[in-house]
Amino acid sequence: MSDVLIEATGVGKVLGRGAGEVQALKDINLALSGGELTVLMGPSGSGKTTLLSVLGCMLTPTTGTVMVCGFSTEGADAEKLAKLRRDHVGFVFQQYHLFPTMTAAENVQLALDVRGVRGKTARSRAREALRKVGLEHKIKSYPGELSGGEQQRVAIARAIVSDPSVILTDEPTAALDGENGQAIMRILASIAGQSDRSVLVVTHDPRLLAFADRIVHIEDGSLAREEAGKAGVAKSLSAAVKRGDFSKPDGSRRERGGAANPE
Amino acid sequence: MPLKFTLASRNLFHDRLRFVATTVGIVFSVVLVMVQMGLYLGFGRMVTTMIDHASTDLWVVRKGTKCFEDPSLLDIKKGRDIVNNPDVTEAVPMVIGFSDWKLPSGELTPVFIVGSDLERHSLDPWNVVAGSIKSLIGHDDVAVDRTYKDRLGVSKVGDKAEIRSKTVHVGAFTDGIRSFTTTPYVFVDLSRARAYTGVPRDKASYFLVKLKPGANAETVRKSLQASLSDVEVLTPAQFSDRSHDFWLFGTGAGAALLAGALLGIIVGTVIVVQTLYSSTKDHLDEFATLRAIGSSNRYIYRVIIYQALINAVVGFCFASLIGYGVVALTTKGALPVVITPALMAAVFALTVVMCVAAAFAAIMRVVRIDPVMVFTR
Repeated sequence: MSDVLIEATGVGKVLGRGAGEVQALKDINLALSGGELTVLMGPSGSGKTTLLSVLGCMLTPTTGTVMVCGFSTEGADAEKLAKLRRDHVGFVFQQYHLFPTMTAAENVQLALDVRGVRGKTARSRAREALRKVGLEHKIKSYPGELSGGEQQRVAIARAIVSDPSVILTDEPTAALDGENGQAIMRILASIAGQSDRSVLVVTHDPRLLAFADRIVHIEDGSLAREEAGKAGVAKSLSAAVKRGDFSKPDGSRRERGGAANPE
Repeated sequence: MPLKFTLASRNLFHDRLRFVATTVGIVFSVVLVMVQMGLYLGFGRMVTTMIDHASTDLWVVRKGTKCFEDPSLLDIKKGRDIVNNPDVTEAVPMVIGFSDWKLPSGELTPVFIVGSDLERHSLDPWNVVAGSIKSLIGHDDVAVDRTYKDRLGVSKVGDKAEIRSKTVHVGAFTDGIRSFTTTPYVFVDLSRARAYTGVPRDKASYFLVKLKPGANAETVRKSLQASLSDVEVLTPAQFSDRSHDFWLFGTGAGAALLAGALLGIIVGTVIVVQTLYSSTKDHLDEFATLRAIGSSNRYIYRVIIYQALINAVVGFCFASLIGYGVVALTTKGALPVVITPALMAAVFALTVVMCVAAAFAAIMRVVRIDPVMVFTR
């Protein structure tokens, strides 16, 4: 296993104030390493998105510490957190959050533009990122002209174009049909295949477990259990099948070495 | 082109109806500012036009004279005192005053007589488009502006009229010498001016003083001021400023014009504030996404400021076209709107400042964006 890229130690997060105060996260200890695709699962309201926000430097923990590529988020203001995101984190959102007035290439370039990479270099890197997600023929298309799967691939290209160490994805396949969801997961899995990159997928779609190197379950703001390696992932998959959570996805075989094979 | 600029322009042009509404608002306010300031400049020029066209080094005026049209009179003997100054070559008297012009129909209309020594060219009518000034010298001929032909009941050189029951003939027509008071200027030779105005022979309205070559105007002015009583000795610039300030600020006309311009600025700013703020609110998701993918606040501010600048430039371009149309329409009018390159530059700068200042309301909204909202929308 490669170096730890994100490490949460004893993380707690309180959201809201007064009567509306909620302990969203409790004593979370989690490390994401390079070359690893981690699936974070849990029911609605379990704290998945809050944990993703804390790990992705959008929120600072109320207690505990988060280290991102060796940098602590402790005491960081909004601008410092933005810089940590800029330098180390790429995001893929459930609703894609593409800019409707920008082409696919421009959407991807934006991620470089905010990092000060412009001109020919930015254009060529954006094209390369779109090529990696199989959309080089759609660089001039606007989001409205793309299918949901294609839009999500543009979002992935935007997340990877700046070469971040960590890719955090929030329900990346929730708005997609099974086939497109599988395709997106294959791309994310291939990204996680690089030893210096870690991918965290927040989902409650058990069909995605087949792509995981590691599955982390969160319940009521605490990490309930964790399964790692082929055996652990297979166990989770088997449990999900027994519960009838999903039909076995087509083409769920991992596309990179060392991945779990549900079959 | 910077991607920020592309994003800003697409954000604006995406909602075309709102963009058009904003542009109209900006155009309205910029035109208002431009026209008010143009009127201010035009008025300023008109009220000093006689002073600005006089050929003199110094003006000697009755003490307390506020403007060129002031009816105060000087003792004609002052002229001798003035020329006693060794640096003075001549002191040419000038007679001005309101009078009555009788139309062929028998109606009377007020006119403003400008009587100067035309042989010594102290204040010759300019922009002569018909006839000759020479015909005025020592004769009962007058020069009037051609825009007043109908008003004065004349149509060509040689036409006859009466001023204070004395027959005059039109000897020349000028172009563009209009009075802001709407009372037509009538140029006459000094030798006839007293008869038309009723100014006594021992009085004059002004003395136009010419100095010897090399004489220092300020030194002579001070010397004359010290030696003469009940008069003020002014340089053309001083007299022009005094006349300008009297008409523009003494009467409140200038203040009204400036207030109109200020109103334009306020209206424009409010319109741009509203538009940018609502545009920013509509694009909050996008700004939150930018924030989530790591953009600094400064990056987002720039996008918003680019939007403001685009608004400013587009609004200003349309406003300029309208402004020039207004200039063309009013050139021959009673009060022309004057738009100089300096005024254009100032209004452009003002438009940019107005739009960028308006952007701050939007920026204040964006500052509060929580990037976490990308997970909930």
